[in-house]
Amino acid sequence: MTTLADVAYKVRSKNAGPFWVTIDIFCGDRSAFEQIRNALTVARLATVLRQPAEAIRCFEIPELNVIKYSLPRPCVQGSRFDRDMHGAQLAVLVAELDING
Amino acid sequence: MAATSTPTTRVLVPSGALGISFDKAALDRGLAARPDIICIDGGSTDSGPFYLGTGTSKYSRAVTKSEWTHLMRARAAADVPLVIGSCGTCGTDDTVGWMLDITMEVARELGQELRVATLRSSQPGERVKDALRDGRIQPLAPASEMTAELIDACDNVVALAGAEQIGAALETGADIVLAGRTTDTATIAALPLQRQAHPGAAWHGAKIAECGALCSTNPTSGVILVDFDADGFTVEPLADGASCTPHSVSAHMLYENADPFVLYEPGGYLDVRAAQYAALDERRVRVTASQWVQQPAYTVKLEAARAVGFQATIMAILRDARYVRDAHPWMAKLQAFLADEIHTHMALQPDSYSLEFRLIGIDGALGELESKPSAPAEVGVLGIITAGDQETANEIGKLINPWVLHFPLTEDEELPTFAFPYSPAQSERGPLYEFCVNHVMQLEDPMDAFRLDVAEVGRDHAG
Repeated sequence: MTTLADVAYKVRSKNAGPFWVTIDIFCGDRSAFEQIRNALTVARLATVLRQPAEAIRCFEIPELNVIKYSLPRPCVQGSRFDRDMHGAQLAVLVAELDING
Repeated sequence: MAATSTPTTRVLVPSGALGISFDKAALDRGLAARPDIICIDGGSTDSGPFYLGTGTSKYSRAVTKSEWTHLMRARAAADVPLVIGSCGTCGTDDTVGWMLDITMEVARELGQELRVATLRSSQPGERVKDALRDGRIQPLAPASEMTAELIDACDNVVALAGAEQIGAALETGADIVLAGRTTDTATIAALPLQRQAHPGAAWHGAKIAECGALCSTNPTSGVILVDFDADGFTVEPLADGASCTPHSVSAHMLYENADPFVLYEPGGYLDVRAAQYAALDERRVRVTASQWVQQPAYTVKLEAARAVGFQATIMAILRDARYVRDAHPWMAKLQAFLADEIHTHMALQPDSYSLEFRLIGIDGALGELESKPSAPAEVGVLGIITAGDQETANEIGKLINPWVLHFPLTEDEELPTFAFPYSPAQSERGPLYEFCVNHVMQLEDPMDAFRLDVAEVGRDHAG
């Protein structure tokens, strides 16, 4: 299996304020950018994160070979059932996806 | 006579936050470059709602004082203003007071005489409720409802100051500005804007520099120098071996921003879609054509936290292979059993408290989103209890303690004993706070929601 992390240069996720989380995929080059944008649709990300696809904003930045996703935090930062104060582990879910899946 | 040209405003940013250290040699290089101002951020919501809820700093007083002492010396040597925004992590009036106390102590120790301006951002509930009544509160996405009752329930409400309020503090002639909650960028953008720098450049450059050297190829090195002028800005990292590239600088707009092109600030927004990034040399990047869009209404963002319960935790470790393998069914069974026990002995209904177990080593960080099967040697069982008061949370912790230690997978086996890492196994966590406001408040005048005071520090008024 080839994971998204095998193809991308770096994947990170972080809070964007207490109510949003943002996932940045640094693809590294144009071929990885094209491969990842074809493999990781908003619908697929919505399934992985168990969030409605309409809630996810996608930004493609070809000049940087970056694909960025932002969504309202499934759990508000630091609220009772939040498991990850900084939202940094969502990146791992994305990084481990099968790029051919 | 030649037309007056806009002077370059040189801003020195020691690091992304006071308390995370900075490269002292690089700071010296920055001072040698004769900056017009030194700006540093003191806070963020990123460490969670506890700090705003309690009005306290995340960083220790010792570290804060040590770094602040260094910066106060640097300020005196450069003879320029030193500005800190979002004092003490959350930027409440209490943490501005805490920072003022540290500043006065350091001024005495260094024998410095200073004019110190404090900008206070805490919001009395009545002011916010008035604004709510007058229709001057608007929700941000994801939208939530604001009510007068919610405001009354908040432990702290702050408004995020922008460049106007920092500018007013600088106009007092202050040597040091201690600001309550501000936007991350406001302290850096204020002086360039006052001196007629390109507004798009002022905000964009401020955003690029607000995390220190995160915009460079050596993110942990700290110190950044930004020159603002009438057409754009130039950014340069000052640590040995650090460089800014068009890629590292433009990529920084992604960081902790939901939208990588647009950044809302009090009074308008920054749009960087047309921005041009050019390498001046191996270290410096020049940025032009960023756009500032002024909006008709002047709004400031509000942040608030309230206590929503009290917590206790308990921790056990499963090491027996059968329990590790069946940790999830074991946990579900334990949870159901304990709900009955708590109901029987404490007469608590399930909606008046919560008891949640997380399995560390299996899915502790991601819960139901976890996709990777794991076969760990051991599993940490973290029980989190939330109740309406501390005594109840502690009581539940004591009640469940023997079961978390000994709960068997089946009825017909000898009672297992798991590992408790310490005694008592349960710990009191105090109040649980939540961020509960995601709104902006419209102001007639930018100073309407902020208080500016000036103090002469270290001067003898007796004579």
